[in-house]
Amino acid sequence: MKELLSQHVIYWLIITLFMIGLFGMVYKNNLVKKLMAMNIMQVAVIIFFLVLGQKAGGTIPIEIHGLEGIENYINPLPHALMLTAIVVSLATTGVALAFLLFIERRYGALEEDEMLRRMNQ
Amino acid sequence: MNKEYDSIILSTAYRYFIPFIMIYGVYVLMNGEYSPGGGFQAGALLGIAIVLDKLVWGEKAILNISGATALILAGIGTFIYALIGVLTMVFKGNYLAYGVFPLAMTEVERHALGILGIEIGVTICVMATIIVIFDSLTRREE
Amino acid sequence: MTKFLVFLVVIMMSIMLFVSTGGLPALFDPDSPAATHVSPRYIEKSHAETGSPNFVTAVLADYRGYDTLGETTVIFTAGLATFLMLLTFRKTQSQREEEEK
Repeated sequence: MKELLSQHVIYWLIITLFMIGLFGMVYKNNLVKKLMAMNIMQVAVIIFFLVLGQKAGGTIPIEIHGLEGIENYINPLPHALMLTAIVVSLATTGVALAFLLFIERRYGALEEDEMLRRMNQ
Repeated sequence: MNKEYDSIILSTAYRYFIPFIMIYGVYVLMNGEYSPGGGFQAGALLGIAIVLDKLVWGEKAILNISGATALILAGIGTFIYALIGVLTMVFKGNYLAYGVFPLAMTEVERHALGILGIEIGVTICVMATIIVIFDSLTRREE
Repeated sequence: MTKFLVFLVVIMMSIMLFVSTGGLPALFDPDSPAATHVSPRYIEKSHAETGSPNFVTAVLADYRGYDTLGETTVIFTAGLATFLMLLTFRKTQSQREEEEK
């Protein structure tokens, strides 16, 4: 039981975070809240990759003088990939906010049902 | 920019914060090969410094870079990156293989120089993109 | 009704993912598949080959430089899209105001 908890709790937390994001994206009515839920999903994916890169007994992936060997450093690849993913998520959030400004000016509302009602008028 | 955010404490405090944030950004860029850091983080720091300046001072900011200027800067940053790749091809190497520059240094040093060059390009691109997004989303209609 | 359906989908997908965590590699395992394929090469050789003690920078800017060029282009394109969208938006706004006058 103890081993199960120590091995899987972090994955369960990540799945919970991901599902909170999914639920918000599908269920919430307000488009800004949907965007925030999408960002929560992105954070869950980023944490999942970073967890996969960890090693027991490893330090940060910067070479310390005199310390050699593969087992002393954690995996640098997930860090390099997620570093760019964070900046790209910033840029896509900017584009999404521009779209929301468009929708707000065109229909005068950010709630989904209100927007659909005005679209059909 | 907005009178609601304008207060004497913020204006005075951020006036002294901004140079330190910018110096730290340049440090993170230049020391990125030896410590945590690199182009993306340095770009975020420099972009935040300019956004703070524009938030506090509005039109009177010293670094009042408009969205159009920042967009040109972002293009220049991406161009620097691609240009270094093309230069390595001019000297008969693979794309972005920095070992072929005809400079009087060892191959490892050429690689380090190439990494610094593309990180400068990335920094300019990220910094300018943050300013473009901020400026586009908050600009008042004339 | 919609609320019930959304809850059902989220709970079923959660159960699927919770069950599938049993197949993931053990936490902090030095011999997991992610840590044995290319990362030993990066850790052993990157300082000697690129002159950068920071492995992340070496991977980002040297071994996977072409990848990072793509990411930079994506960021630039996103900034361009934001700027152009709000530029046309402002133009149509001012035209509409003139028509109203």
